[in-house]
Amino acid sequence: MPKDGIGASTKRREDIRFLTGNGNYTDDINMHGQTYAHFLRSDIAHGKINNIDTSAASEMPGVLRIFTAADFEEKGGIPCGWQVTDRFGEVMQEPKHPILAEGKVRHVGDPIAVVVAESLEQARDAAEAIELDIEELEPVLNMKEAIKDGATKVHDDLTSNLCYDWGFVEENREAVDEAIKNAHHVTTLELVNNRLVANPMEPRVAVGDYNRSNDEFTLYTTSQNPHVIRLLMGAFVLNIPEHKLRVVAPDVGGGFGTKIFHYAEEAFVTWASKVLNRPVKWTSTRSEAFISDAHGRDHVTKIELALDENHMFTAVRTDTYANMGAYLSTFAPSIPTWLHGTLMAGNYTTPLVYVNVKAVFTNTTPVDAYRGAGRPEATFQLERVVDKAARELGVDPAELRRKNFIKPEQFPYDTPVAVTYDTGNYHATLDKALEMTDYAGFEARAAESKARGKLRGYGLAHFIEACGIAPSNLVGQLGARAGLYESATVRVNATGSISVMTGSHSHGQGHETTFAQVVAEMIGIPADQIDIVHGDTSKVPMGMGTYGSRSIAVGGSAMVRATEKIINKAKKIAAHLLEASEGDIELKDGQFTVAGTDKSLAWGEVTLAAYVPHNYPLESLEPGLEETAFYDPSNFTYPSGAYICEVEVDPDTGKVDILSFTTADDFGNIINPMVVEGQVHGGVAQGIGQAMLENVTYDENGQLLTGSFMDYAMPRASDLPMYSTDHSCQTPCTHNPLGVKGCGEAGAIGSPPAVVNAVIDALQRGGYNVDHIDMPVSPSRVWSAMQKG
Amino acid sequence: MTTLTMKVNGKTRTGDAEGRTLLVQFLRDELELTGTHVGCDTSQCGACVVHVNGKPVKSCTMFANEADGAEIVTIEGQAAEDGTLTAVQQAFQDHHGLQCGFCTPGMVMSATALLKENPKPTEADIRHYLEGNICRCTGYHNIIKAIYAASGQDVSSIAAE
Amino acid sequence: MYNFEFVKPGSVAEAVAALKDEEAQPLSGGQTLIPTMKQRLNMPGTLVSLTGIPELVGVSADGGTLTIGGATTHAQVAAEATAYPALAALAGNIGDPAVRNRGTIGGSLANNDPAACYPSAALASGATIVTNVREIAADDYFQGMFTTALDEGEIITGVKFPTPEKANYQKFEQPASRFALTGVFVAKYADGVRVAVTGASEEGVFRWTEAEAALSSNFSADAVDGLTASADGLIGDLHGTPEYRANLIKVLTKRAVAAAA
Repeated sequence: MPKDGIGASTKRREDIRFLTGNGNYTDDINMHGQTYAHFLRSDIAHGKINNIDTSAASEMPGVLRIFTAADFEEKGGIPCGWQVTDRFGEVMQEPKHPILAEGKVRHVGDPIAVVVAESLEQARDAAEAIELDIEELEPVLNMKEAIKDGATKVHDDLTSNLCYDWGFVEENREAVDEAIKNAHHVTTLELVNNRLVANPMEPRVAVGDYNRSNDEFTLYTTSQNPHVIRLLMGAFVLNIPEHKLRVVAPDVGGGFGTKIFHYAEEAFVTWASKVLNRPVKWTSTRSEAFISDAHGRDHVTKIELALDENHMFTAVRTDTYANMGAYLSTFAPSIPTWLHGTLMAGNYTTPLVYVNVKAVFTNTTPVDAYRGAGRPEATFQLERVVDKAARELGVDPAELRRKNFIKPEQFPYDTPVAVTYDTGNYHATLDKALEMTDYAGFEARAAESKARGKLRGYGLAHFIEACGIAPSNLVGQLGARAGLYESATVRVNATGSISVMTGSHSHGQGHETTFAQVVAEMIGIPADQIDIVHGDTSKVPMGMGTYGSRSIAVGGSAMVRATEKIINKAKKIAAHLLEASEGDIELKDGQFTVAGTDKSLAWGEVTLAAYVPHNYPLESLEPGLEETAFYDPSNFTYPSGAYICEVEVDPDTGKVDILSFTTADDFGNIINPMVVEGQVHGGVAQGIGQAMLENVTYDENGQLLTGSFMDYAMPRASDLPMYSTDHSCQTPCTHNPLGVKGCGEAGAIGSPPAVVNAVIDALQRGGYNVDHIDMPVSPSRVWSAMQKG
Repeated sequence: MTTLTMKVNGKTRTGDAEGRTLLVQFLRDELELTGTHVGCDTSQCGACVVHVNGKPVKSCTMFANEADGAEIVTIEGQAAEDGTLTAVQQAFQDHHGLQCGFCTPGMVMSATALLKENPKPTEADIRHYLEGNICRCTGYHNIIKAIYAASGQDVSSIAAE
Repeated sequence: MYNFEFVKPGSVAEAVAALKDEEAQPLSGGQTLIPTMKQRLNMPGTLVSLTGIPELVGVSADGGTLTIGGATTHAQVAAEATAYPALAALAGNIGDPAVRNRGTIGGSLANNDPAACYPSAALASGATIVTNVREIAADDYFQGMFTTALDEGEIITGVKFPTPEKANYQKFEQPASRFALTGVFVAKYADGVRVAVTGASEEGVFRWTEAEAALSSNFSADAVDGLTASADGLIGDLHGTPEYRANLIKVLTKRAVAAAA
């Protein structure tokens, strides 16, 4: 193995430019003749637009043009990429999502007009001079109220605010009801999965540039998937063919889901750059991000868990209201359905599951995928209700889980919610986490805390996720309007160096390093001879991008397939040069050898022959060494793990301190342990953020109360502990060539229930009768619960 | 417009600024030093931290005019001319103290200031000093390790390797 | 933000002259003002920077009084107010290091943010706010949220703190902004104890007189046990109810006394 091959904690090459200020983020791009766009956004949640008067504003200094919905009559709306069919066989209600508000404003932040000016401040000045006549309407905010008869409608042309009423598995509905009715014990929990803002540290930016000489558009944008933006924006919004539209996502400062989606601002700057024949730039402020980036989570759920007299789970029934916000963001309908309902078996052998989800339109910012996307919502309710059941039954929460786990010998395991887990060993990860946290020594630690007047708690959660989203034919049946393969081109240069063009996109994940490790391992050359190219539709084959922990599982697999093609062809060339049979050629450590002989050729000699084919089998083999592969997996991957949180609660103030956080993950095979651990750390921090700090709050008028970092609590260094991570329990994925499962979202999925379970444990040990607190378990909420308990 | 002169990363630089021009705008737009980032508008995130007369400040919350005549050091002024990283920068790479890289310039500038004030900080000192630097990617674990390591202390005493 | 003229006077006299303009506002660090201006919520015609005036900067202790220049940064107070350790500790915990290198005591007191730290120290210490025209007792200075006794164009040139026998400040941070959700400053002087509370009240910083009475006769945390801070008039928001803040006032007062004693 080369020193930077698979399994090495290779330092990241991309770090050098980031550490020296030489990163190239979208806002660092400035074009000659650039203009600046400022979006005038609604400051009310719901209103009827009677008139927009831009006449005075248009005369302001520096103003080039002001755009309103009237300018976009010929254009399409922002498309939704997933159509869910409801439990009665009807397709969801799908409202138009205009680039600029048409007729009504539907959430605080809904764009009404755009001013393009010579400077940003001139654009802002002019926006203030636009005269708006908007009649305020009653805002639709509470999901349960919103779907009652006679409720005010967010979209007047829809029959109601109900997007869909989804049942899964609908055929099991009655059997589940029956099982719950006849159960020995039923544990019920009502909870809220709090609305979050992803808040990557880089706000969104878009720069549009039209080239009149060849009629080509270029969009530079902060995206996790430039080809998806090109597809959606070109085909559905602006009607620009792909070959005339280039989308570049350069260095992107974090995504976490919210940079998957196609946004109005991208379409606007692209199109306006042609109208004005000058580049147009838009840079979001953080305040703007809070009202215009798609939010995450926001479910209200009732879950019931039925158990028999042996404490085996017999059925799970859930009833969820999922907030869509005012419009359907790109993948919004899929999150509470296919990425949520399919995980409701968890790690358990529960034979009957029924999930009902009502997706509701409200006068709030659209909601879509945020790190984990559906799977954290599934895991949270399941791992909370299992914990509650253990407390009600007076049994050890770890034992109750262990008893109901799918056993290692049961894989592949068909769940009652349509998916088949290929591999796993939940007993191993649970045991590992218990051992790492000295479960047996907890009582002594709790006593020590008590002596200091603090309440100590131990919280466990075990999770499963479905990652590497695919296969295309399956997701197509489920309503996806796109394929979910990934692509790679491996271009070997004459001297043997390699450029890999991958459809995956790195916005912090470290692909430039880890993907190179894989190719280095396969060929046996140093990783520094391999460059990873991503984020530019003019360089990379059609790719679907990075989300759902799919980069290494799907994008990595495509790269492996393309590299295999390269190796196969190179062996043919080597066989010719070595005058041996192709079957006898071996490639090891960058050397081609003939089995059983001392004849060999270096990698570079063969690659040179491919491009200087003087001695070459031209009659049977093309010159050159460049191969492309598209990989469409046959199944999801199923990472799993046990997460344990130990907390101390200050009974005087309700403040929760996290004393330790421990993870034992099964990610299958691992390319770069250092990078994998970093992904877990970040995910756990976001999960702790959801559990303890973060919470989007609207007032009764639909005004966002948490519109900046002054009120939306981001996790800071002082809020978090050092983490103990382990990934030694590995059951490699059986259906992709690397045996990898993906690690990007696990931390955010497994951690929220571990934190809340720990807080409840602390309070109950302290004698407080508290069995649930909704997230975030902030000091005031914990203290208030203690006053009642 | 006023013409301002500052010593930036050891070189005398001049440029024009309005009253309202923030130091970060002056650095990014006028001097084309785009390593300093803007991640919020409420002076919370710290992606914009630079050193003014040797002290860390948020360049998004200081007018360029206030820095007229000052000595400014930005992320671009950290590594040596030949590309050799500072101890802090090198430790961030060694310990994977960055992912997307967007908060990194501010983190490095804050960490560098911390070690100047307190050459052997504890884990708690580091966490406290980073109160005004938000990272969304790393969960801080590896940033803490990197700064601890850059101070020459044994990282294994605060985290398993 | 809106544009303005930037002026950087070298003396108090020049600053006062510049502030005679109706549209002029002082800039004393700007750590609160600049974010407000970014939102276009403030529109000065001229900003008069006070941070380049040498006579406004410095910390000195003399005969039981600590005097701090109005444009002295939090960082400098944290480092140099050794005669009043509780005040130095308070200054060293405002915001973050970068904010402490720009924000000033005069700026903080002039703004009188209901969740700022300094007002509690000034009020609990019975400090004197010194301006270019007069001296104002802290008890007269704070007049409600974002409201003070300062007149238009009046500049805080310094603050005089009588140094206490014992003192301590306890801040319970609002989880997002890290300002004080509630903060309590307790200062014990020969003639009695003063307790000032920030972050909690709709009226801004205030004195908890019942606790002062109890602590003046018995300076121990137990002395506060029998008291209850009233929730009337306290702030209720997404970070805490009035009842929660009332609880914090008592808990933090006890902790401050315990830490001071």
